[in-house]
Amino acid sequence: MKRNVLHVVGPLLGLIGVALFFALLTGSPERYLSMTNLRVVLAQTVIVAIGAIGMTMIIISAGIDLSVGAVIALTSVVTALALRGGYAPWLALAAGVVCGGIIGAINGLAITTLRVVPFIATLGMLGVARGVAKYAANQQTVNVPPTWINELAVTFPSRPWMVFAPGVWLTVLLAAAMTIMLRNTIFGRRVFAIGSNEAAVRACGINVERAKVAIYTAAGLFFGLAGVTQMSRLRQGDPTVAVGVELDVIAAVVIGGGSLSGGEGSIPGAMIGALIMSLLRNGCQQMGWPNYVQEIIIGIIIVLAVALDRYRAARTAEVT
Amino acid sequence: MTQLRLRGIRKRFGATAALDGVDFDVSGGEVHALIGENGAGKSTLMNILSGTFAPDDGAMFLDDVPYAPARPADARRYGIAHIHQELALCPHLSVAENIFLGIEPSRREMHTRATRLLDEFGRGEVDPARRAGDLPLADQQVVEICRALAFDARVLLMDEPTSSLQRGDVERLFRLIGKLRERGVAVIYISHFLEELREIAERYTVLRDGRSVSAGALAAVSNEELIAAMVARSMETIEREQIPAVSEDVLLSVRNLAAPHRVHSATFDLRRGEILGIAGLIGSGRSELIRAIFGLLRTSGGEVSRRGTIGYLSEDRKGEGLALQLSVADNVTMSRLRTCARAGWIDLRRQNAQAEEVMRRLRVKAAGPRSAVMRLSGGNQQKVVLGRLLHQDADILLLDEPTRGIDVGSKADIFAEIAQLAREGKAIVVVSSYLPDLFAVCDRIAVMCRGRLSEAKATAEWTPDLVMQTAIGGSEKAA
Repeated sequence: MKRNVLHVVGPLLGLIGVALFFALLTGSPERYLSMTNLRVVLAQTVIVAIGAIGMTMIIISAGIDLSVGAVIALTSVVTALALRGGYAPWLALAAGVVCGGIIGAINGLAITTLRVVPFIATLGMLGVARGVAKYAANQQTVNVPPTWINELAVTFPSRPWMVFAPGVWLTVLLAAAMTIMLRNTIFGRRVFAIGSNEAAVRACGINVERAKVAIYTAAGLFFGLAGVTQMSRLRQGDPTVAVGVELDVIAAVVIGGGSLSGGEGSIPGAMIGALIMSLLRNGCQQMGWPNYVQEIIIGIIIVLAVALDRYRAARTAEVT
Repeated sequence: MTQLRLRGIRKRFGATAALDGVDFDVSGGEVHALIGENGAGKSTLMNILSGTFAPDDGAMFLDDVPYAPARPADARRYGIAHIHQELALCPHLSVAENIFLGIEPSRREMHTRATRLLDEFGRGEVDPARRAGDLPLADQQVVEICRALAFDARVLLMDEPTSSLQRGDVERLFRLIGKLRERGVAVIYISHFLEELREIAERYTVLRDGRSVSAGALAAVSNEELIAAMVARSMETIEREQIPAVSEDVLLSVRNLAAPHRVHSATFDLRRGEILGIAGLIGSGRSELIRAIFGLLRTSGGEVSRRGTIGYLSEDRKGEGLALQLSVADNVTMSRLRTCARAGWIDLRRQNAQAEEVMRRLRVKAAGPRSAVMRLSGGNQQKVVLGRLLHQDADILLLDEPTRGIDVGSKADIFAEIAQLAREGKAIVVVSSYLPDLFAVCDRIAVMCRGRLSEAKATAEWTPDLVMQTAIGGSEKAA
């Protein structure tokens, strides 16, 4: 377990570094590090962070899911349609989450029964989910009546004692629960084991296929929840939203110590990864830098983070 | 008491019969040695027992009940554990998690039971919370054995468990096997090292060409008799070619070469026009030696000096030998594309002409130089790999298993070509598992055993039995 702590130290230092960098650069650390700005940043992080919880599981098992952005769009539309249809908010929320789970299950089945590699299976789903979202929304945005769902990811919660948006607290709770799940349950061990050496797991008589379907389904539930949050932020279902978000989500997991070859990754790390990217965006905005500067910086950060990780891995391999 | 009986087991893969009638008995409290040359069918037999393959024919009985596992999980349920030749651990998981993979108890119980298992093994100092991938090789093996014990295996299949262990670890392993025997576990132990087998096993079965050809008590047979039973076939097909004149011009000189873990010491000189054969068991480090000489493997000591260019043929044809989707011409000219290009532009006509010349010389059967290599038969694919070396026109050729898995006709063509190349003044190293081939084509032979290469001696000074004895670390003292 000491190892897990060590894994988070690197990303954490990166996070502190980015925060200090912009605090000094903006010339007014008290504003950049203020409670208000923290609220803004956290509210902006929620969608990617929730997606990264699911993606961490998939990446640890040596898989990948490229359909996240499209699934977020589809589930945001599904939630909005349910609300507009007069269903109770919690039912609409459940509809979005379950829809994400179903798509995850289909991904998992395509990977295990059709024997299509995850990259391709989920690349296909990226197109399918986006298309279905546009069809379901009739190629328009879906407006919704005001409910408590719209409060999920607001910057300033209506109940001031909450300090941060309810979605932020939900994310923290889910991240903690899933961290414990990955660490302390048999299912969690199998996620790591499959990513570490799938052949060995199979030789031990474990049903790898069933475990993979479970992994993609569980992750799909999180992508569905991210979709609900997306709808909450826009206060409408939008079939064209969240294009390319899967790359942000993958980047968060990788910056947080996840390895695309499997066996490694942590949810706390991925949360920090998501925060690093939000802080960078926010900092660039405060500096008045154009969008393209953010994109360049984030691109470089991703490569540097992984290069550092590889360097560290090579050093430890040298010892053994 | 556990009783495992096998009767008339057969298994074919395509055109080759891997197993062709194996009878085999082992009972609880016994260590049974399974002996045979590379390719005799030992690993296939283990894979059938552990449920990876189903036999085509024959029957297995466990305690007089028919035993027919459909998958590895079934074998585990019956209490049959397979410790693979290549380690099968999850390097990222902890020692305890690896031991209980598939049968996870609660975390605390896992820790205490893992500690107890390791302790029984005499490796109590291994921390069950440590990452398995960080352990030394010998301890990783211990973890695998503990995994087999964790679910109370009745039959333990051990495939070459000592090939990567040092002597101290071997002794520790043997003490553990002794404990298992006392507990009534039946152990099937595959090894090439006859002296080790005598230490640990009572009875033996020899496999040759997929058949069980000899069985009995180890104490009642000599090593010579066992080796004769293993290599009987090898004696017949040997035919010596006339030795071409080998010059005194040394092109490749290897001195005390070492590479981490696999190669401890190798010394030889290779002269222009000479074919040096390297014999040895799989896992003895012979492929690693070749790779170290070519520069694909980091060396940890010794020297290699060479004069002239060098070419390498990998034993892994599909993985390292060919670009399967590309054409014959592209593959043949790959190492020296410059010869059919002008200012970086490939002259297709010239490339085709050069490829056709190589194809004619090696009698490659293909529709034309533009046909994709993956459409060719294994034998023709292998000729294409050799063709690439021909086209490259290197002075020194390192050939690792140049005739692996190909038909007899192609094999004859390839050996004829190797002999021809030597006559043209190339210096050639041939690694092969198949002794008759080495005897037929080589001027000198050296034998690799556990990372050490013996002195290279003229082929006439060797016999197949002597090569085998050296390979299994018998009479010959390694140089």
